[in-house]
Amino acid sequence: MIEIKNIGYSIHHKWLLQNISYQFLPGKMYMICGPNGAGKSTLIKLLSLQLKPVTGDLAYNGKPVKLKHKQLYAKHRAVLSQHNDISFPLSVEELIMMGRYPHFDRVPSKKDFDICEEVMKKLDITIFRKRNYLTLSGGEKQRIQFARVLVQIWETPAEGCRYLLLDEPISSLDLKYQFDFLKQVKDFINDKTIVIAILHDLNLALNYADEILLLDKGNLFCSGKPSDTLHPDNILKVFGVESTLHQLPGTTLLWVNKK
Amino acid sequence: MFRQNKFFFPVLSLLAVMVLLTAIAFGAVSIRPSEMFSAVQHFLQGKEPASIYEAVFLQLRLPRVLLCAIVGAVLSASGVLMQGLFRNPIVEPGLIGTSSGAAFGAAVVFVVAAKMDPGIKSMIGPLLVPLFAFAGALLATYTVYSLAKSAKKISITSLLLVGIAINAIGLSGTGFLSYIARDPQARSITFWNLGSFAGAGWNQVAITGIVAAIVFYCILYYAKQLNTLILGEEEASYLGVDPDKLKRRIMLLNTAMVAVATAFVGVISFMGLIVPHILRLLVGSDNKKLLPASMLLGAVLMTIADMVARLLLAPAEMPVGIITSLVGAPVFILLLKKYNVLGDKGGYYD
Repeated sequence: MIEIKNIGYSIHHKWLLQNISYQFLPGKMYMICGPNGAGKSTLIKLLSLQLKPVTGDLAYNGKPVKLKHKQLYAKHRAVLSQHNDISFPLSVEELIMMGRYPHFDRVPSKKDFDICEEVMKKLDITIFRKRNYLTLSGGEKQRIQFARVLVQIWETPAEGCRYLLLDEPISSLDLKYQFDFLKQVKDFINDKTIVIAILHDLNLALNYADEILLLDKGNLFCSGKPSDTLHPDNILKVFGVESTLHQLPGTTLLWVNKK
Repeated sequence: MFRQNKFFFPVLSLLAVMVLLTAIAFGAVSIRPSEMFSAVQHFLQGKEPASIYEAVFLQLRLPRVLLCAIVGAVLSASGVLMQGLFRNPIVEPGLIGTSSGAAFGAAVVFVVAAKMDPGIKSMIGPLLVPLFAFAGALLATYTVYSLAKSAKKISITSLLLVGIAINAIGLSGTGFLSYIARDPQARSITFWNLGSFAGAGWNQVAITGIVAAIVFYCILYYAKQLNTLILGEEEASYLGVDPDKLKRRIMLLNTAMVAVATAFVGVISFMGLIVPHILRLLVGSDNKKLLPASMLLGAVLMTIADMVARLLLAPAEMPVGIITSLVGAPVFILLLKKYNVLGDKGGYYD
């Protein structure tokens, strides 16, 4: 469980996020939506302990987070960032093994190798294993980074939860892999897993999220069930566009009306 | 991509031993293996060297080749460390001022010590030279680093430009000190600016050897953490590494070993650029392999470079830095081209 209370963050006297309180519960996929500059990335960075909140409290598993020892959280908390450029040649399997770094001291154990194998097989990227990461396409790189993040928290912890934070994970993927990705995340979730993702595609958010947080200008505009939060009234207020919600067989469609 | 050949390290080690032995054998006088063997035997028995050849071997050739190997290993490993820290393949201690800062620090001691009583000088000299070199190198590196650091990313262009400025300051300082110096070693400006192993002795081998051994042990311990920096500082911190702490420690260790090496042999550029570049193509960027491989190949190439410097104009010899710069500068230009720093739209690292 992650609990935030009145959390806020400012830089150069400008508030990027203000007064956000929320409880993230295990077993659910949360998605953060909102227009550019709403504070989505800032919220992910606060939740992932990359930034120190200026106001408010943050607790993992009911215990206040100690930012001095944020290294300790690496075994159960993984973050997939938007940018994944590297400057040096690395083989794909070397890069994925880096996800296991918090779990071994000098040499990876058999378990570490097994987990990497399992995840590569699951994401269907075993064929890339010997390839140089630098020679892959943007979408392929993203899938390799996803594998690295998954192996980092592959084991369900004995106590507490594991946390997966995703910052726009699918923007560089093509259609098939967007759906594959979201399905793989769904499969990953169990009753001890919390997934929090920033998603730009509101239709995917509607259909895959358990709960949505809609941010606007650094404030939490509303939150809850996808079809309630992404209601056309809210979309108009936050994004400034007219839209209608359609119920189709097996899926919900948010249609943005032409002006 | 990288053929994970299990013979790679044995072959490289064997090559290192062979090159070292060859370098010991050839010079102004040639030394046969039997003479090397008997010299070691006589030394272990506590006897005087039996011939001039044994004396040359023990007092000149062996320390010189060992110093070459250690300095080569140090400069190459330093290239790997700096490139890892700056996340950039076009950095090395000679280019961003570390070496010239160290040379300046060492030159200060040479000039000041020349005015001191010879007894005190011989006592504090060997310790003060590396210490001042360290201070100079640290000051230069830190200045370059903090000036080049704008916003979040360190741009290679600003790094190299600030490096040129700091190098110029260091070199003019060293030049001035050499000009007013009385110490014959410090008087030779070429010694400081182009590097030379001509003054090698057991003292230098011992000091650089001990410092290098301690630093190598520490950096191999940090190899795994250093790998995470390849992904970026934010990613490293998500993997449980404190990037700021790591960078501070690596910077200190790196500066210490480069400073000590430079204090005794002067500025030798481009070693730290060539060796890691070759090895990244062969073994990849995993520092657990890259660091030890760089030390070995650095030792090999530096020994060869010094051998060429000794033999090309024999019996005279030229500064080894001429050789490394002659080979290294074209590699540098190739790298600038490869990473598109010279492109009209500016490069990826810009």
